[in-house]
Amino acid sequence: MHYSPAPLHIPDGFLSVVVAVILWIVSLAGLGYALKRVNQDLGERQAPLMGVLAAAIFAGQMLNFTVAGGTSGHLLGAALATILLGPWAAIVVMVCVVSVQALIFQDGGLLALGANIFNMAIVGVAVSYFAYQTIRKFAGNQRWGLLVGGFAAAWLSVVVAALATALELAVSGTSPANVAVPAMGLIHMLIGVGEGLITIGALLFVRAARPELLGRSAASGRAGRAVWAIGLVIALVLAVLSPLASAHPDGLEWFAEQQGFIDRAQSPLYDLIPDYAFPGISDPALATIVAGVLGTLLVFMVALGIAVNRRRRSTSTPG
Amino acid sequence: MHVHFLDPYRPRPSLIHALDPRVKLALALAFILAVALTPIAAWPVYVLLAALLLSVVLLSELGVGHVLKRSALALPFVLAAIPILVTAPGATLWEATLAGLSLRLTDAGLARFGSIVLKSWLSVQMAIVLAASTTFPQLLLAMRALRVPRLLVAIFGLMWRYLFVLVDEALRLLRARAARSAAPTRPIAGARPGGSVAWRARVAGGMAGNLLIRSFDRGERIYAAMAARGYDGEIRAFPMPPIPAGQRLALIGGLVLLALLVGLGHLL
Repeated sequence: MHYSPAPLHIPDGFLSVVVAVILWIVSLAGLGYALKRVNQDLGERQAPLMGVLAAAIFAGQMLNFTVAGGTSGHLLGAALATILLGPWAAIVVMVCVVSVQALIFQDGGLLALGANIFNMAIVGVAVSYFAYQTIRKFAGNQRWGLLVGGFAAAWLSVVVAALATALELAVSGTSPANVAVPAMGLIHMLIGVGEGLITIGALLFVRAARPELLGRSAASGRAGRAVWAIGLVIALVLAVLSPLASAHPDGLEWFAEQQGFIDRAQSPLYDLIPDYAFPGISDPALATIVAGVLGTLLVFMVALGIAVNRRRRSTSTPG
Repeated sequence: MHVHFLDPYRPRPSLIHALDPRVKLALALAFILAVALTPIAAWPVYVLLAALLLSVVLLSELGVGHVLKRSALALPFVLAAIPILVTAPGATLWEATLAGLSLRLTDAGLARFGSIVLKSWLSVQMAIVLAASTTFPQLLLAMRALRVPRLLVAIFGLMWRYLFVLVDEALRLLRARAARSAAPTRPIAGARPGGSVAWRARVAGGMAGNLLIRSFDRGERIYAAMAARGYDGEIRAFPMPPIPAGQRLALIGGLVLLALLVGLGHLL
């Protein structure tokens, strides 16, 4: 049994620096506010409870079930965390899960971590909260409300996070929108069904074993309504933007191009020494060869240093 | 069952392992940022960055093979970048018609795709070296030095402490399910083993709900135990030791080198 990476975690290298930095800022703002709110609700219980629950969601992602042909579905957990813990605690827990996956297991990049937090912790939680609360309101306290609300929250959280991922890749100029959006969307519409079913299973179990846990998820007051509205807006924007973007990728391509200009404008040196590949070397192929020779020398010297060091270590400590 | 297999830390008597975690984290992040800031198709700079990375891998004594094997984890995502090969505008290198779609491989597309894959691969290997040469408590110290909020660092610390306990618990749940599930070696006529997908998903869901409830209770117990030992909500930590002068120099030298490489990339 191995740690299996989920297809939503963007590695480093796939996002443009501008997109990555913007999403880092948005994610940090969201996390800061969520931490403050959880502190108000839980007080000194916060650190131990959040830590253990983050570990639980991480471990819960290992629980899988076979679907067909060697594929298996497993839990991502944003919706389940939102329903059981409320939106603020769910954001904190999911941020911890996504961060540890990136830091320790290289599941998702470190520069891309802001984007991954945004997609899975912030978009995922806000959309789950919106879907679940809306359906619960219609259903009152009935069982079907729990089931339909749980399924919708889980399915939407996965699909909307996937659409956000695809759009980020398109804006970064990494993957064209008319391919990435439908591909990511369709795959995750299927993965979302697994997530929905497993979330229903978990909710049914909790309802049977500890029904009181289901009552405390609603965030109270204005901030709760704000999360609901943010979830609604994100879901709407992505629902409208995604087909639009895949039908007319030019808009996003234009944006990606603009970003290319921003990237280039970042280096004033570029304008100072035009038409030169390397100071003194005008051919890029030659520059690559020079770099290759320099790199080989560096690696060779390091290897030599290690070998000498090892021999010294082994002679100074015989046996 | 022990789950040490999850912990990527590999102890070695190497220079990289001995580096102060604050210096190491800062340099690893700077390397990843430098790779990201290097423009598309700046091949000479990629070669130099790769040489730098290979030197670090060698110095860490983790073994090139170990790092390469783990770096395969990031490969599936390359799929997302494949369409760029045929959609980027540029001079045509090769043309083909596949299932009615005419595909045009362009030089700009190839350069972009190669750059993305290479950048991603360099970054993930540096992250692997960081995780394999630094224990998690050391990483927590480094995070605190990089001004991550203290409360968040404390949550990370507690998460790490109970991660293995709860992964063990998840594995026990999986083992219990496996023990109660028969898997026929031959298909049985008229009987479909394993139930429907929805049923299997519901069983897995029940396990997840069970795990969460147990964790709720465990969290409360841990809080009670902490309160009994004087925890008052304040996260206290030892003051951080100073960074030795030599390592300070390594930090500055590394940052300057990376800045130079990025600058070189933009000159090309």
